[in-house]
Amino acid sequence: MEYDTAFKTISDLGRLLATREISSVELTHDYLRRIEQYDRRIGAYLAVTADLAVDQAECADRLLARGEGGPLTGIPMALKDILSTRGLPTTCGSRILEKYIPQYSATVVEKLERAGAVLLGKTNMDEFAMGSSNEHSAFRPVRNPWDFDRVPGGSSGGSAAAVSAGMAAFALGTDTGGSIRQPASLTGTVGLKPTYGRVSRYGLVAFASSLDQVGPITRSVRDAALVLQVIAGWDPRDSTTARADVPDYVAALDGGIRGLRLGLPIEYFGEGMSPGVEARIRSAVDAFRDLGATVEEISLPHTHYGISTYYVISPAEAMANLARYDGVRFGLSSAGCDIWETYANTRQAGFGREVKRRILLGAYALSAGYYDAYYLKAQKVRTLVKAELDRAFQRFDALLAPTSPTVAFKIGEKAGDPLQMYLSDVYTVPANMAGNTGLSVPAGLSEGLPVGLQILGRQLDEATVLRVGHAFEEATGYSADRPDLSAAAPA
Amino acid sequence: MAVSREVVEHVAALVHLGLDPSETEELARDLSSVLEHVAILQQVDTRDVSPTGHALEMRDVMRDDVVVPSWSPQEVLANAPRRNGDFFEVQGILD
Amino acid sequence: MTGVQGQGLEPVIGLEVHAQLLTRSKMFCGCSATYSGTPPNTHVCAVCSGMPGALPVINRAAVDMAVLAALALNCRIAEQSKFDRKNYSYPDLPKGYQISQYDMPIGIEGRLNFDLAGETRSCRLVRVHLEEDTGKLIHAAESGREYSLVDYNRSGVPLIEIVSEPDLRSPEEARRFFVELRRILMFIGVNDGNLQEGSLRADVNVSVRRPDGSFGTKVEIKNLNSFRSVQRALEYEIDRQRAVLGRGELLEQETRGWLEDEEVTVSQRTKEHAHDYRYFPEPDLPPLLLTGERVSALRESLAELPADREKRFIAEYGLRPQTASLLTDDRLLADYFEEAVSAAGPVDPSRVANWVTGDVLRVLHEIDAAPGGPQLPARSVGAIVSLVERGTISGAAGKTVLETVAATHESPDEVVRRLNLAQLVDPRALEELAESVLRENPRLVQAFAKNPRVLEALVGKAISASGSKASPALLRSIMEERLQRADVR
Repeated sequence: MEYDTAFKTISDLGRLLATREISSVELTHDYLRRIEQYDRRIGAYLAVTADLAVDQAECADRLLARGEGGPLTGIPMALKDILSTRGLPTTCGSRILEKYIPQYSATVVEKLERAGAVLLGKTNMDEFAMGSSNEHSAFRPVRNPWDFDRVPGGSSGGSAAAVSAGMAAFALGTDTGGSIRQPASLTGTVGLKPTYGRVSRYGLVAFASSLDQVGPITRSVRDAALVLQVIAGWDPRDSTTARADVPDYVAALDGGIRGLRLGLPIEYFGEGMSPGVEARIRSAVDAFRDLGATVEEISLPHTHYGISTYYVISPAEAMANLARYDGVRFGLSSAGCDIWETYANTRQAGFGREVKRRILLGAYALSAGYYDAYYLKAQKVRTLVKAELDRAFQRFDALLAPTSPTVAFKIGEKAGDPLQMYLSDVYTVPANMAGNTGLSVPAGLSEGLPVGLQILGRQLDEATVLRVGHAFEEATGYSADRPDLSAAAPA
Repeated sequence: MAVSREVVEHVAALVHLGLDPSETEELARDLSSVLEHVAILQQVDTRDVSPTGHALEMRDVMRDDVVVPSWSPQEVLANAPRRNGDFFEVQGILD
Repeated sequence: MTGVQGQGLEPVIGLEVHAQLLTRSKMFCGCSATYSGTPPNTHVCAVCSGMPGALPVINRAAVDMAVLAALALNCRIAEQSKFDRKNYSYPDLPKGYQISQYDMPIGIEGRLNFDLAGETRSCRLVRVHLEEDTGKLIHAAESGREYSLVDYNRSGVPLIEIVSEPDLRSPEEARRFFVELRRILMFIGVNDGNLQEGSLRADVNVSVRRPDGSFGTKVEIKNLNSFRSVQRALEYEIDRQRAVLGRGELLEQETRGWLEDEEVTVSQRTKEHAHDYRYFPEPDLPPLLLTGERVSALRESLAELPADREKRFIAEYGLRPQTASLLTDDRLLADYFEEAVSAAGPVDPSRVANWVTGDVLRVLHEIDAAPGGPQLPARSVGAIVSLVERGTISGAAGKTVLETVAATHESPDEVVRRLNLAQLVDPRALEELAESVLRENPRLVQAFAKNPRVLEALVGKAISASGSKASPALLRSIMEERLQRADVR
């Protein structure tokens, strides 16, 4: 019975819990055991909250015994360490917050708590969500469960690796330029970036305020719908949340996609995309046609400008959002002879190189004399990127694209060349720029490593995107692929 | 678009980021590389285009003028690096 | 003191005023907006202390008050307005940026008219915008170590910033401008006018204009917290600038502080951190759409502004300008006065004004009550004035009734009855009284021919004899007539 629960979906586990074949406490211990067994090698967790998890599991079991609770009751989860958890350290993968303990919890955390989910721990990430490989964590890199010499993607590398390796039934990540979708793609899991404003950012430590979104990383599309159902909704504490009603995402899954119009942006199939990835995507297109959807090419010329706009706007907002880390109210404080030295020393010691790069980039783009040429210009091009996507959605119900141009690359391969690293975000940033929703689903393996298919949807149309993803998953079964973790077993 | 070390130093001072000389050199190179790529934005015709600040079109999101309980000083100061009674303490400030 | 080059240089003055709004909660969170006298860090939450992950939410009342202020200052209200981040670091600024307004403020192109020695002057306003206040720093030192204590109770309190064009031409004009601005803001209920506590602060900028008409170097003087210091600081600074230029030296464009005790401005050599605020639109807050309807509704609620009300008091009630000004300093007082006038009936309103600005304010102050409160209702005041004017009671009795009503909450009529204050007005009784007093004081009666002031002494005796009940006015005319008849005899 020991590892029976590994790699099961929330739906599967929910059934086992409902029929009392297993208790949440037993389930939680299974996950804690797997974390013990594999995470020393993988590094997905920054903190494991074993005692709390067992307490929560006991509560969940009591609810389940009374026949109460919902789909997430008693299900063990992990949270990216950028989400504020009251009384528990929230480091954002940074030395500057290494000992920071929030006195409040994020809205999404409270929602999951109320839904009865069990918290296994906080996951590793690129520092302040800035990165695409989880090599920029101040503490240790995360390894891809499919190949420990390779990156899991970032910045939600820890969350993705945990779910991929069966060390959590689901996790929350955050996506600012692809940080849920890309690690999901590289680790063979499902990752959803909701529409900007669909999920509350209250309590999410901010990186780029106009781009950040919280979303689920799961083992199936149905699971993503289950989690989204709980975390979505208007929040009076977040002025950027949408007032729109939250539909029944799970009910919407099984509609089938016959007659649905799917678009294929041709600019995404340029140089930089590996042949193996292209082959999986083309194969996916065939699968969709077999399912009765139409797939047509569309040109999105402004795709070329996505990275440039993203790498002006996000660092600018980050510069401001990270100004509060100054050694006065919380976090690391490296005293100097006066306040100015304290600021400078604290931030020099507390921030990693990538964070420093982006803060400087942002400050440059906003500084006197450069604002018009950089920040304002980028926001204008952003309008064009958004308009182009909106036009595409007049013709199509969803767009298909690769999530990442390559499969997981080796640790250290791109870390020395920031621009190369940034360019790998090319397929994911448009959705953040425009505020649209995007899902990455497993689309098979290339050279033994997962490839993700990206499905982009209209603003607030997660239901369609999930339906398309679900149909693909049911037809292909790729989401059931799992890594061979025997190499990670302790000596 | 080459960024000199002087520029990096100036910008670093703006954001109160201490840097040692080798960091400054490397960052100057990194920034130059990125800004060179970013320069392609200048090719785009944005003459009649207004900037997008918010992805979702929303207006007038406000709350009523109601007082709600505040945090206790204990909570506010829970992570204070330097605390003096119920105040935060910082080194002397010039001016 | 000023050399040839310093003479004849005209001052050019502008004001930048920060006014805290009288909302209950803060600008972007639900913490209480009161902070003076509160224990440190007790009105603070994640939002106003800049904790990671916290987000701002706009206070509707703050926006309304800002619009009211902009309307009262004759501004054009922007149809679309938004917030921006103003980026700089200081320990009293928890997020490392202030949420303010940069290029799309709530109000622009306004005007403030004010009175200076009987003339109306006018000063244009550049803008009115909303922003959040910073926390408070208390500087301290202990055995050579300097440090500061930070309290975030004030952090996030809503402020409006009002910027004038440099249209003011003298320190006195600047002072009068500031006085009128304060009156308006208090009148419309958006600010409490408390300069000492800092809920209203002024920075001034001043240069002296060269003969060719171009502006000289501008110097800013920050944080002046009284009308007097605004005027004095400007007087000093203008002299200083003229002297510097008079010596043929150059003026530095800088920020200076006013030292109240020494009465001088001094250079504030701030750290050489470039003030590049790197403004950009606040991504956490959707923009404001100030619709015509909403603005109209606010404009209607604005009613009459103090200057207009003052003019009306002079025209309609025949009040002296000084009295009208005093009564319109405070909206509650102005309302109170008008209600008393109305209750007094056919009485000259300036009589009511005398009572209100005199004994009524005194009594209110003694019992620590505000005009309009339950302690001394306006209609009671009106009734008392009416009783006095009709002669039913004497002026002195009127004061007694006033004080008694304030203490016991009885109606004026009840008090008059209970204390038996009704004056003696019966003509026959008064004549008898007059004659008896005249009989008893033959020498005074004799003296009247040479010294008419004797009348007052006789009237005084008669009033005493009546137990202060006789109507002095009636008594006087009766006695005067008798004395003149005796005179003729």
